Formats: sequence, structure tokens, C-alpha cells
Amino acid sequence: MASAHSIPSIEERFEFTSGAKRNLLIGGGIGLGLVLLGVYLAATGGGGHEAAASGAEHAAAAVGHGAAEHASAGHEAAEGHGASWMTRVWANLWVNGVYFTGISVIGMFFISYNYLAQAGWSAVFKRVPEALPAFLPITGVIMLVTFFLGGHDLFHWTHEGLYEVGGPEYDPIIAGKRGFLNTPFFIFRLVFYFVVWYGMWRVIRNLSLQEDEIGGTEFYEKSIRFGTAFLVVFGVTSSTSAWDFVMSVDTHWFSTMFGWYTLASWHVAGLAVITLIIVMLRDRGYLRAVNSSHLRDLGKFVFAFSIFWTYVWFAQFLLIYYANLPEENIYYIERFRGHGGFFKAPFFITLLLNFFFPFLVLMTRDAKFTHSILKVACWSVIIGHYMDFYTNIMPGTLGANAGFGPLEWGFFLLFICAFGYSVASQLEKANLIPRNHPMLEESLHHDIA
Amino acid sequence: MAELSGKYLVGVYDDDDTVLHAVPRLRKAGVKIKEVYSPFPIHGLDEALGHPRTRIGIAAFMFGVTGCCTALTMMIWMMGIDWPMIVGGKDPISIPNYIPITFELTVLFTAFGMVITFFISNGLGPGTHFHPRFDVRSTDNKFVMAIDLGRNSMSIEDISRALKDSGAEEVNIKQF
Repeated sequence: MASAHSIPSIEERFEFTSGAKRNLLIGGGIGLGLVLLGVYLAATGGGGHEAAASGAEHAAAAVGHGAAEHASAGHEAAEGHGASWMTRVWANLWVNGVYFTGISVIGMFFISYNYLAQAGWSAVFKRVPEALPAFLPITGVIMLVTFFLGGHDLFHWTHEGLYEVGGPEYDPIIAGKRGFLNTPFFIFRLVFYFVVWYGMWRVIRNLSLQEDEIGGTEFYEKSIRFGTAFLVVFGVTSSTSAWDFVMSVDTHWFSTMFGWYTLASWHVAGLAVITLIIVMLRDRGYLRAVNSSHLRDLGKFVFAFSIFWTYVWFAQFLLIYYANLPEENIYYIERFRGHGGFFKAPFFITLLLNFFFPFLVLMTRDAKFTHSILKVACWSVIIGHYMDFYTNIMPGTLGANAGFGPLEWGFFLLFICAFGYSVASQLEKANLIPRNHPMLEESLHHDIA
Repeated sequence: MAELSGKYLVGVYDDDDTVLHAVPRLRKAGVKIKEVYSPFPIHGLDEALGHPRTRIGIAAFMFGVTGCCTALTMMIWMMGIDWPMIVGGKDPISIPNYIPITFELTVLFTAFGMVITFFISNGLGPGTHFHPRFDVRSTDNKFVMAIDLGRNSMSIEDISRALKDSGAEEVNIKQF
């Protein structure tokens, strides 16, 4: 086949049409409308599930925390029912912020490991992952603002009373984590992640754009070094950011798998986004140089890493399930039975959308390059991993006040549209195919038969 | 053409590109090619030869499902029914506990099943004797095309001329 197909032109500019802009703005507007509707419903008591059994749940939680004499188990929820819709807004901003930060940074991660491996096949669509991290400053600011304004509601460990020895709220377990979990260091880390991730992306992006104009292998060599440096940085920061952004919500609990788990979640979601964007571009007549072999490899990536996520998810779950230690079990009991059983549905929907569906749908060979099937599978993974972060963050922040209604859908839609807008504006800035990439020729002839 | 069964025409080529281009030419001329042997994989040769797509994937899936069911049945019977056992304070039949072994047996059955399928479909393994070697140089530096005369209606002369025309440096007759 290699000789049979002709290679389409590599000179192509993506045009971010006014129609596409309008659609994204309308989508964002609908999202905002849903958010406002959700806020209205939550503020007037109509939204959420406002579990009647919340008293009983707090009792159950107190039993779980028993060893720690954690008297304040229910106090986040009891702190003020009137303002709980505000907490819900913060929690939603945090969930989406974490999720879209992950997807964005995976763009950089993808380019970096492809450089390090000196991979040839991915060169032709390299601009797509390259466009993702441009969204990082936006999620960074959102997360920073959310932490400043709503951090006290979201993160139990920010309460000063926990650290007063002998005080009524003193919590020796959390106090023992103070060296890492304290507000100044947390803010420093939050800023550090975004500055480093975004900064390193700018370097690699500039190298790539210069390469487009000038050519030669010098930029490629430099990119390999920068990509490798990023992987070293990301190897550490992906884990620590997972602890900070997600695991510290359940302050007492910890899992040594958590860094991997969050990275796996981000990674497969990022791959699904990359694949989806490529398929959507092809539907609109761009990237004709991406052939069915590229699509199959991307499909395999999504397939394989959805299994990898499940593997890590299950490894974390099984050890806790099997060992049956109360201080570890509480994490899953909260999601199975806690808060009126509210999180049981998202918990299992996560498994369904992230494992069973893509596993069965993407298994056959032809499915991996069929546009419609790829789109369905990618959307399943993208929504599934939103649910994943929802199930990880919401029980520890909102607990019984959590809900799944217009507020959640609205925020998700708003973020998707903003993210799409950012990616499309980046794609417009350069030739869609990196015309002077040294591996481009290999990539154009990519053929896995 | 019973007298031709087991009789093969063997074209020997010196270059992978030549043999790759020879295949569609010969097929167009009406020659039915049995197989091409090469020291290394040639991109696009499978499509050119028009081999039907392998069904090994379907077989693998079936073996996997068999392994999965075997493992679950075995453990549910042993741990849950025949000799109920409580592990980690869970019910005797608790599926999460069974998943690692289910996974292992799924993989084991798939791997063994595929190896056995491979042996059977290639006529290898104990008790099989027919191993045609068309030209030993196909493991070294030559590209060898085998044509089963029993399955071709063209005359030997026509086929060998077509082989020569398509770039073969030798054409031999092999009888098994």
C-alpha cells in the first residue's frame, strides 16, 4: 500500500472560521446559562440531592475517622447551608480546573516523550498536541483564584484549628502532614507547576515554530533535550500535583498509587482529546496526510491507556478492599455508601465509560480508524474521566451537598468550549503540518499494514 | 491436472522491490501465487498477494473468553460453593478478589490457544511431516515465489515466462 497512496500537500493552514467561533461562543453561553440556572436552583434549595440522611452519613464518617477522634467530621457541611451553593461552585471550578490542566499538560507530555523516543510516526499531527498546553495559564489562574477564595471550603487541611495542640479541633494526623500541606507551600507549588509546565511548553513551541521557518536538525536536537528535561520535571510534578490537587481533598487518607492514578487518568483523557481533534480536523478537510495507520495507532493509544488507567485504578482499589483497614477503606465506603449512596452511580459510570465501553468498542482493528467509532470512544473517555475527577474530588469537598445537575454540566460545557477556542486559536498560528520536521518524511509514509 | 499436484514453480528474485512489483503483474496475468518467502518483512506484500485477513484475532478473543469463564467458574465453585472461605472479611463469592486470577487465566488461555492455533494452521508441531522448502536461500539473500501448479490452469511455459518477465533470475521446478 505504501506505494499506492499519494501524499497530500503538506502546506495547509487551519482557518478558525467565524462559524466555529460562533458555535463555541454559543456553547460557552449555554454552559454559562446552565451554571446560572444551577446556582439559582442550588441557592433556592432545589438543586443537588440535599440528603435527608446526611446526619446518619456524618455519623458513619465519624466512625470511619474514629481513631483520630475527629470531632469535626461533619463540620464542613454544617458550616453554613446557605452558602453551600458557593462551595459547590468552587468545587466545580476545581474539578474542571484540575481536569483541563491535565489534558493541557498531556499535550506537552505527548510531544516530549515522542521527542525522547525520536518517534517518527507522530510528526505529521504534532501541531495538535502542541496546541493543548496554551490553555494552562487559564486553568492556572482559575485554580489559584479558586484556592484563594474557596480553598477554605474545599480543603479541610487549611483550617488553622487542626494544628493547635490540645485545641478542640486538634488533629494529630493532619498536623503531622503540616510540613507539606500548608498554605504558603501549597500556593508556591501551584504557581510553580504552572510556570514550569507552561514555560517549558513555550520553549518547545518556539523551537517548533522556528523550525518551520528555518529548517535543519538543530531545533529538533534542542527539542529532544528540552523534552527530556520536561519528562524529568513532569515525572515528579505529575505525582506531587496529583497529591495537591486531588488527594489532599481527603486529607486523612493517602494512597501511594495516587500519582500514577491521576497521571493515567490525565494521560488517557489527553490522548482521547488529541485523537478527537485530529478526527474532527479530518472531517473538516484538514490533515489529509494523516492516514489510517496514524489513526489506528492513536486508537491503540486510547485503547491501551484506558486499560492502563483501569489497571492502576484496580490496583489501588484491590489492595484497600483486600486488606480491609478502616483508615483506608473509608475512602471507598464514602463513595459506595456514604452521603446517601449518591456517589455510587458516578463511581460505576466511571468504570463503564473509561474501561468497558472503550475496551469493547476499540478492540477490533477497523474500529480504530473509523471516524465515527473513534469519536464515540473518545467522547466516552473524555466524559468518563471528568466523572473520574468528580468522584475523586466531590465526596471530600461537598459530601452530602454534592449534586449532578445544570451546574455541573454547565461548568463542563463552559470549560470544553473555552478549551476548544484556545486550541483552535493555537492551531491557526502555524502550518498544520510541521513542514521542516526531520521525521516528517517517515511520518507521511507511516504504514502499519 | 492430477499429475501436477505437489509440483511447484519457484521463482527466485534478487530484490525486494522487484518481487513486490512482480506480484501484482503476475496476478494480473492470471497466475495464482501460493506464497512469497523473504528474509525480512516487506511492507505492502500482504495486500499485494491478496491474502485474506487473518482471523487469529477472533480466535484470540474466543480463547480469552474461555479463560475468563474457566477462571471465574473455578474460583466461584472452589471458594464460594464447595469450600466457602472468607478472605479479608468479604463474602465468599466476591468478584474483586477473583479479578487478578481471572486476568491471568484469560492471558494464559489466549497465549496457549494462539500458539496451538499457529502450529495447527501452519502444519507444524509433533506428527506433521510436510515442510516444503522451496529454496533455502530465502532465509539468506533471495526472495522466493512459490506457485502451485496444481492450482493453476496456465501452462508451465507460460508461467515461467511470466516469472522471467517480472524479474525472476531463476525459475525452478520443485516436486514434493
